[in-house]
Amino acid sequence: MAYDDYIRKRFFPHIWCPGCGHGIVLNALTRSLDSLGFDKNEMVMVSGIGCSARISGYVDLHSMHTIHGRALAFATGIKLSRPELKLIVPMGDGDALAIGGNHFIHAARRNIDITAIVINNRIYGMTGGQYSPLSGVGVRATTAPYSNIDPAFDVVEMATAAGATFVARTTTYHVREMSKFFQKAILHKGFSVVEVLSQCPTNFGRRNKAGDAVHMMESYKNGTVVAGSADDVPGSGKIRRGVFVEKTAPEYCDEYARIIRVARKGA
Amino acid sequence: MMAKKQTKAKHVINREWCKGCGICVHFCPGNVLELDEWFKCFAARPDDCVGCRLCELRCPDFAIQVVVQSKQDQVA
Ligand SMILES: Cc1ncc(C[n+]2csc(CCOP(=O)(O)OP(=O)(O)O)c2C)c(N)n1
Ligand code: SF4
Ligand code: SF4
Ligand code: SF4
Repeated sequence: MAYDDYIRKRFFPHIWCPGCGHGIVLNALTRSLDSLGFDKNEMVMVSGIGCSARISGYVDLHSMHTIHGRALAFATGIKLSRPELKLIVPMGDGDALAIGGNHFIHAARRNIDITAIVINNRIYGMTGGQYSPLSGVGVRATTAPYSNIDPAFDVVEMATAAGATFVARTTTYHVREMSKFFQKAILHKGFSVVEVLSQCPTNFGRRNKAGDAVHMMESYKNGTVVAGSADDVPGSGKIRRGVFVEKTAPEYCDEYARIIRVARKGA
Repeated sequence: MMAKKQTKAKHVINREWCKGCGICVHFCPGNVLELDEWFKCFAARPDDCVGCRLCELRCPDFAIQVVVQSKQDQVA
């Protein structure tokens, strides 16, 4: 198969704005799936609501486009009933960590074998540019016209603290790295989180004088650093990329199967 | 001059899907690509292409594909 066998070409050109990072994430994802060579029937993509969530409509896999913030809950149900399937859940920052924040931390705590991709454009793109829990102080949004006073979550730290067993961060500029992290995350057994810094030129870029898609990607190139590299020094002010957690821990579906065996023996 | 000719690449551009974002143009290490008057991408200097395929990997719209021909193909 070729990478573009994983997209539903009949729905192209897609609805995203020119230069939107969501398309680059979809691009890297299709190439990762192609490299991994899984059968399409082994994979399920579940998404909630948001521009980012539209990804599930464009992949030629089993897919479910569910409700805002709840994609991980639906994915948990699918995974528990069919543990042999590979679950991929792309989410926007609002979807994953505002309305969906609880689902996110508890899926991580359970270490259920799902790959969560947090596409962080630091804004509610779909609904016109409201601030999200990842916007951060100083960002301008329709709901923060004089600039935002809410501090942002750090997705990597939060996922790590909640118990995710694979945690990574990359950007839409670093496409080969993104593809590599997606593959590692999908192969990893347990709850995997890949945060991708991604541009919303329409609702974040314009309001924050961050320029167009090209300028925003330049800022990912210049404003990030590979964790553990020589440039990764305290106070550099750069955002760290890399794989921050990769460890084994009991997986939720395995534990569920085990407890059923225990209960049956007791009967 | 010889070094430049090492890769021979063909750029397949889907004009229906290209949205003229300019990402491929800006980040191309060989300055190969440009946008035309309709804001559609085209290979203005295909001979300068180094075949890295980063344009293809970074295109949000699946609108550009680079077909790299090996040296042997060129001879044939
Ligand atoms: C229960 C519910 N609340 C609110 C909404 C409205 N809504 C739709 S998408 C969205 C946020 C989108 O932002 P994000 O998840 O960051 O994704 P993006 O569009 O930026 O990719 C909101 C609040 C909704 N659809 N359902
Ligand atoms: S509004 Fe933003 S996130 Fe939504 S499609 Fe446009 S650029 Fe992408
Ligand atoms: S393959 Fe590389 S050098 Fe060739 S056009 Fe694309 S980005 Fe430029
Ligand atoms: S990156 Fe893709 S959509 Fe953007 S200008 Fe190039 S070919 Fe067109």
